[in-house]
Amino acid sequence: MSEPGRKILVSLRVNGSDIECAIVPSKTLLEVLREDLGLTGTKHGCELGHCGACTVLIDGQPTLACLTLTLECEGREIRTIEGLAGDGELHPLQQAFVETGAAQCGYCTGGILMTASALLERKADPSDQEIRSALAGNLCRCTGYVKIIDAVALAARRMNGAA
Amino acid sequence: MDDLRRVSTATNPDSEAYGFTPDRPVTTIAIPAPPTRPEKPEGLSVVGKSLPKVDAYVKVTGSLKYADDIVLARTVFGRMVRSPHAHARIERVNVERARALPGVVAVVTGDEIPVLYGHLPSSPDETALAIDKVRYVGEPVVAVIAEDELTAEEALELVEVEYEPLDSVMSIEDGLRDDLNKIHEDSRKRANIHKEVHLEFGPVAEGFAGADRIFEDEYFFDGNTHAPLEQHSVLANCELDGKITIWSSTQNPHYLHRVMASVLGMPASRLRIVACPVGGGFGAKTDVFNHEVVAAYASRKLGRPVKFTLTREEVFYAHRGRHPVLMKLRTGVLRDGTITAVKLDTWLDGGAFSSYGVASTYYTGALLPVTYKIPAFTFNGVRVFTNKPPCGPKRGHGTPQPRFAFECQLDKIADELGLDAAEYRRRIAVEPYSTTANQLRITSCGLDQCIEAVNTRGGYSAKHGKLPYGKGIGIAASAYITGAGMPIYRNAMPHSGAIVKVDRSGGVTVFCGVSDCGQGSTHMLATVVAEALGVDIMDVQVFMADTDLTPVDLGSYSSRVTFMAGNAARYAAESVREKLAAVAGPKLGIPPERCGFARRRVFDRDDPGHGLPLLEVFQLAEAHYGTLAGVGSYTPPEGIKGDFKGAGVGPSPAYTYSACVAEVDVDAETGEVRVERIVLAHDCGRALNPAVVEGQIEGSVYMALGEILMERSEYRGDLHKYPNLLEYKTLMSVDMPVIETIIIETDDIEGPYGAKEVGQGALLPVIPAVANAVADAVGVRINANPLTPWAVLKALEEKRTASKAGHASGAASREGAELP
Ligand code: FES
Ligand code: FES
Repeated sequence: MSEPGRKILVSLRVNGSDIECAIVPSKTLLEVLREDLGLTGTKHGCELGHCGACTVLIDGQPTLACLTLTLECEGREIRTIEGLAGDGELHPLQQAFVETGAAQCGYCTGGILMTASALLERKADPSDQEIRSALAGNLCRCTGYVKIIDAVALAARRMNGAA
Repeated sequence: MDDLRRVSTATNPDSEAYGFTPDRPVTTIAIPAPPTRPEKPEGLSVVGKSLPKVDAYVKVTGSLKYADDIVLARTVFGRMVRSPHAHARIERVNVERARALPGVVAVVTGDEIPVLYGHLPSSPDETALAIDKVRYVGEPVVAVIAEDELTAEEALELVEVEYEPLDSVMSIEDGLRDDLNKIHEDSRKRANIHKEVHLEFGPVAEGFAGADRIFEDEYFFDGNTHAPLEQHSVLANCELDGKITIWSSTQNPHYLHRVMASVLGMPASRLRIVACPVGGGFGAKTDVFNHEVVAAYASRKLGRPVKFTLTREEVFYAHRGRHPVLMKLRTGVLRDGTITAVKLDTWLDGGAFSSYGVASTYYTGALLPVTYKIPAFTFNGVRVFTNKPPCGPKRGHGTPQPRFAFECQLDKIADELGLDAAEYRRRIAVEPYSTTANQLRITSCGLDQCIEAVNTRGGYSAKHGKLPYGKGIGIAASAYITGAGMPIYRNAMPHSGAIVKVDRSGGVTVFCGVSDCGQGSTHMLATVVAEALGVDIMDVQVFMADTDLTPVDLGSYSSRVTFMAGNAARYAAESVREKLAAVAGPKLGIPPERCGFARRRVFDRDDPGHGLPLLEVFQLAEAHYGTLAGVGSYTPPEGIKGDFKGAGVGPSPAYTYSACVAEVDVDAETGEVRVERIVLAHDCGRALNPAVVEGQIEGSVYMALGEILMERSEYRGDLHKYPNLLEYKTLMSVDMPVIETIIIETDDIEGPYGAKEVGQGALLPVIPAVANAVADAVGVRINANPLTPWAVLKALEEKRTASKAGHASGAASREGAELP
């Protein structure tokens, strides 16, 4: 057994790139993303699984990075907010968040966008209630969720070619 | 200004309506004449449009750097040992074992940084780390700095602190009792009293004597916390030349700069504060925090960057949240509801330190007369120290508590006098361009329009008292300041400054010391400057909140940013614009005054087709004048403040007004209150960006609903019951009702393009509107928040018992609340 605190090598696939890095095995995915990979777009509001700020996608599933051990992520597809936009184009959700004013302080925004993007993958045309339920684990202290919900609905309509 | 009318309350016919005249000389307050629209003659092209925020792109892509996102090479990480006792003497501190742990680079104890500080210069009582005694569970005692956070964490366990526990003071009632330990032993005040305020305006005794009815009720507003999503974070870096840069999640870089210079004993010029974009503030990050001071101190000691990021639990201990306030409210009215006098007594549970407490105490009284006509007003406020994390300013600072009490009592008055509560409120609403009993100057005022708008949209008058049992509708209204009229330390300098620079590239840069805590200050500055210069909003670069780069602004507190920094930026841009017009006019063959600026063009306002590209004008002007920049400052006008002790809290260059209608569904079986619909109208003067204004209103509604339904800082014995985001209940997306916002524009003559505030005022009426709706739904008035299922069931039970015993339904008061 390796000493605690002693770094080991892991291979991760983050936002489509293969990355090899040496990490302390006890580190959470949140810590590795932010501290070892410099991907600070993933935020923390509690590090206890209560707020949703750290949500990333693992194999397409919204996952709390603060509760995920990095070692569990080997061989899986990790996507963070930095990987949401493609080819210099904002994701329709990002575009809708910009236009509706859904990001106030912006601290919850990354986690909410990742959660919402998984929702729209699963359900192209979610109802208001489905949007609210999907986001029920993401705390936002600024917006009252109103413009966030509007933005998700707007992005869904656009992705369906309806707007 | 020569367009000022002199108006004095002594000649205000309202104050003589009850057959008495004011018994004390009233200062004459300068009231500006009603406005002409404060806009550009050529019309507005940026202001009033819901353009995407200029900083929205960095937020949605995750690229905006908050304090904890900044890393520097060789950064070391700090953690703090915190007190497990609410009140104890520190007998012995031994840090040797922690210091010896490999990886630990420094251990800091209280005696190393002994300078007392406090946000208000009048009440410095904090030190960076506790010395001699601890005053709340969670108070920092020793700081450990290590190569990584894990090692720092481990070292915390190795610090030995021996305490001699003292009796704790955990309530207002305890704090007023003489026989208990003093939390601050050197205080000359009785018991644990921190601040006492007694004020009287107008003929109070005559007012009550002349009243047909006097209503007297007790209310309790429980404490709660901001819980910004971002945990506080600071990075301090002392360069080898001794200059320290501090990046912090602070709302108030200027005050932090001042305090830090004094605590570290170094010239402010050798300290640079950068307020990073704040991940939610709501007042949480307006004070100077222990971790900020320790980080700077340790960085100087080590010559390395030092970072502290609080855990969520620590954020609950840093607090500075809503004061629990006990209130006794007495209101005299004539038969038709006209108010003759008001007496308000408040007791604030301040927690362990002063923080903003002196101001908080005044604020529980100062703004009460700004909403309705109150000819005579007396106010007594007492703030006590308790062994809890310090309270401070949270959205609405000191005013949601009395607003809750007053609006609930007003509802009861309307009920008992058989008045329609909406029409009643309109009848007694303050008038634009008037003066309050406590000598506050009201200018633009859309209160009447707000109440009318929410009543029309929300159908209050049509539905109130007519809905089936369990369904209810309530109304309330309120007023708030647009920026504190006085700075925190006495001085005659501007409250805000801005520099605007333009150059041959076509780009415009604005520098302003204000911080952005998510409310949109960055976008506001870009809007105001783009409007003045006629550029596209994305042409404007905004540099904010950096004490080396930007002119002083007092900070993101008291809803002052749009009005004060907005005006400063507007003046700065207008001074550049004058130079641009001076070169463009001759080129266009028109007088410079006729130049219009919009859509990246300078044109003849009388013949808009005749114009020049703005870029060309920038270049002509730079060739003519050399480097182009303008400065602007904002200082609140003279004459907005009374002449009594304590008059410094309450005055503001403008007040905003709000009204709210709430509809609720109350389950009488479970006690659950579900808010179904909120209609909120807010007079923000002018919406510089309607989408941002709506967002602020929606966020205010959200936070207010938390305060009336569930959020509470509760203690079990000496311990915070749930310092985490799971058990500290807040509303999530599934809990939010429909929110309809109505923006009322009154074009304030002194505001930038007519704008006033929106970030805080809109929170105020929501809390009592919900309480009044619950009273309508199930017939009980609950005089304390939050309206949890238990509180509702208890009130219903009390009502049943009372009606069995043959009493009229009484007000449910707080359990065990005994007024001193
Ligand atoms: S930081 Fe992961 S849920 Fe809060
Ligand atoms: S925008 Fe600030 S927490 Fe959601």
